[in-house]
Amino acid sequence: MTADGFLEVENVTKRFGGFQALSSVSLHVRQGERFGLIGPNGSGKTTLINCISGTLRNDAGRIVFEGHDLTAVPAHRRTRLGIARSFQIPKPFASMTVRDNLTIPLEYAARAHGVDATEQARAILRLMGLEAKAHAAAATLTQIEMRKLELGRAMAAKPKLLVADEAMAGLSSAEVDDILDILFQLNARGITIIMIEHIMRAVMRFCERIAVLDAGEKIAEGGPEAILANAAVERAYLGQ
Amino acid sequence: MRGRTFGVVVIGMVLAGVLFTRLGANQYYYFAAYVILQYVVLATAWNILGGYTGYVNFGTAAFFALGAYTSVVLIKGFAAPLPVLLAAGAAVAGLLGLGIGYLTLRLRGVFFSIATLALAVVLQTMVINWDYVGGARGISVVRPGRLPFFGSYVEFLFAVMLLLAIFAIAVAWWIETSRIGRGLAAIRDNEEAAECMGVPTLRLKLIATTVSGSLMGVAGAPFPYYVTFVEPSSAFNLDYAVNSLAMPMIGGTTTWVGPVIGAILLGTTQQVATVTISSALNLLIVGIILVAFVILAPDGILGLVQRLKGGARA
Amino acid sequence: MVSLDLLANAVVAGILLGGFYAAVSLGVSIAFGLLDVVNIAHPVFVILGSYAVYVTNTAFGLDPIVAGIVFTPVFYLIGVVVYRIYYVSFEKKGQESLRGLVFFFGVLFIVEVGLTLKYGVDYRLVEAQYIGESLRFGPVGIALRLLVPCVVAVLLTLVLYLYLAKTFVGRAIKAVSQDSLALRLMGADPVKVKDVAFGIAIATASLAGALLIMIGPVEPSMNREYIGRVFAVAVLGGMGSIGGTFLAAVIIGVAESLTSTFFGPSWAVAVSFGVLLLALAVRPAGLFGS
Repeated sequence: MTADGFLEVENVTKRFGGFQALSSVSLHVRQGERFGLIGPNGSGKTTLINCISGTLRNDAGRIVFEGHDLTAVPAHRRTRLGIARSFQIPKPFASMTVRDNLTIPLEYAARAHGVDATEQARAILRLMGLEAKAHAAAATLTQIEMRKLELGRAMAAKPKLLVADEAMAGLSSAEVDDILDILFQLNARGITIIMIEHIMRAVMRFCERIAVLDAGEKIAEGGPEAILANAAVERAYLGQ
Repeated sequence: MRGRTFGVVVIGMVLAGVLFTRLGANQYYYFAAYVILQYVVLATAWNILGGYTGYVNFGTAAFFALGAYTSVVLIKGFAAPLPVLLAAGAAVAGLLGLGIGYLTLRLRGVFFSIATLALAVVLQTMVINWDYVGGARGISVVRPGRLPFFGSYVEFLFAVMLLLAIFAIAVAWWIETSRIGRGLAAIRDNEEAAECMGVPTLRLKLIATTVSGSLMGVAGAPFPYYVTFVEPSSAFNLDYAVNSLAMPMIGGTTTWVGPVIGAILLGTTQQVATVTISSALNLLIVGIILVAFVILAPDGILGLVQRLKGGARA
Repeated sequence: MVSLDLLANAVVAGILLGGFYAAVSLGVSIAFGLLDVVNIAHPVFVILGSYAVYVTNTAFGLDPIVAGIVFTPVFYLIGVVVYRIYYVSFEKKGQESLRGLVFFFGVLFIVEVGLTLKYGVDYRLVEAQYIGESLRFGPVGIALRLLVPCVVAVLLTLVLYLYLAKTFVGRAIKAVSQDSLALRLMGADPVKVKDVAFGIAIATASLAGALLIMIGPVEPSMNREYIGRVFAVAVLGGMGSIGGTFLAAVIIGVAESLTSTFFGPSWAVAVSFGVLLLALAVRPAGLFGS
């Protein structure tokens, strides 16, 4: 256990039938850090995130968050402990309004009620720039609006750790900067952020430390410059 | 739905019911009204799990019959009064809901649905093999004597079912407007996301299954007194499964109003139709209407109305 | 002390019955296992097949198995039509789970009530030369009405297995659930492939129906007791594995037969239900799934 012990991923392994998605992956994330997780498609990034958030159970190894061993802790309780994630493909609650999408995590994860919840929802919508759409049906949002709603929902859970899974995929350059802005603001408020991304300029700008996965294994870890210069990382991406 | 609207509807129902009893109408109308109100309860109960949460129960008959047969046991063995029958029917059926939920709700929704189908078959088999409740032959039940204020025992049963219907609607309305209801809607819209947003999905699903089963059981509890001859083929009739599914589908599944509309519309139509056409043909038509609605108007009549009004929500 | 004769007979009957269950379940194994379509109406199509055979048997004296084969193309077409409606109404929109289920329940209901309207609730049976007789091997008696369906079921399983493994369309069917993109790149239209697959699934119901009415009398509501069975077999057999389906069916057949012999016939229905729950709880991938 390192001195900080905020998020410890220790030798996590995950198999799907005959396919080895993760092989003994270890990493640790410090409190308040801006951490990046990159790697070619299919390298296991989302699987790792699913194991951290509790959507999947790892077959071996363990994950410790702020001293709590997360083995056998169901996903909804991990959220209450402070781990929130956004989904790669947005999963809004389609039958609800934008604001009600935030009410769910506010009520269930952050335990806010009534007027308090409404206030907090409005604040988050303002931060995301979605205030005008508060009463629109979530199903009618544009791509970038949905991405922002995803982040907003994760925010509403009052997380200590926020995992953004490819929050910027498919967005224009200006939209990418938009999202990055929001993430910087969140980090400034003390939220530790793990960013999974393919858009390298965002990763390089945002992350203080980066881990690289390839075919279920961690092949490198370090600061942005070190990762850029790393031969193994280059091989992983080019050889794909 | 505001509390005020709901309150108005409830008062309206009570007044209509009281008026109905004072009319001293032909006994047949009480029989018919009883069935329609019974379907209000069943449709509302089904919708709590089906419409609110997104889990389809094909085994309404199992819960309904369980309520009925629990009553048979209590009537035969202990001459229990009606309130006890209602409470027992609710409790036993609720337990069944909890049990089947616990066994299957951690899996994909389709397995829950298949399990409910199989459950109805298995339960019917068990009842057929149980002589104490009459087995396959059935059992006779004697209605208690006439009660003051009511012209006949059937009038009394009608009043009881009216109260149960109001109760069921109240439960559905309360759930729908509460935090639990919002959690159930989140589960229905996207269970994986709901779980990651802090919603204890398994717990909420179990609550929905238990409440739903409970209400179905309470609807079945007065059944023995209503029919006076209880046999498995009528208590486990496929009617119940299809109707409790079709009525919310036709009326609209997202609020408490839909099942009530569906139950009154479809229930009344069926009562009228049974007089003129055979019950099997009647059922066939229900099946066709169900398929038509699920393909063409999956949000039911309420959904169509909303679309016409140009609402943003479906 | 359990009589060995009784036990032996029960096991043999169970194996034969299991073979028949495989014939009924193959369609679900394809539809649910490979296409992820929860066709709870499959057993009622089997019953429909039984009635088709019954009608031609009583009207023309047509041999049940021959009738079953003759009707296969008709059932194939029915399958394609049903799948098309399902696909356009639900799968395309991503609404499969809730509404697709309700749709198939509606179909189940319409067919069952339709049959009841036309033929009533009386049991129907067929006449054929070999149905009444049985063979004896020492203490074990084998009724031909059980043996013949089992043999036909084995043949059907083999044919399907070879089809899915060796032909282009067959392999496309196996691939379509896993990688429809690759399929498209190969020039095959995933939706047409699924059409064919579902058509085949329902086509098997025709022959399975013939076998069903050979084993015993049939009436419309019987389809419901088979729903638990066929899905238990499909899950236990590993969702889409043809060989697995056959073995799982035999296991369930034997379990039911033993239950029936030692605890009474009406409990047999509960067996598959129990097996299904057990399989889902302990090993949802099935005995032979990946």
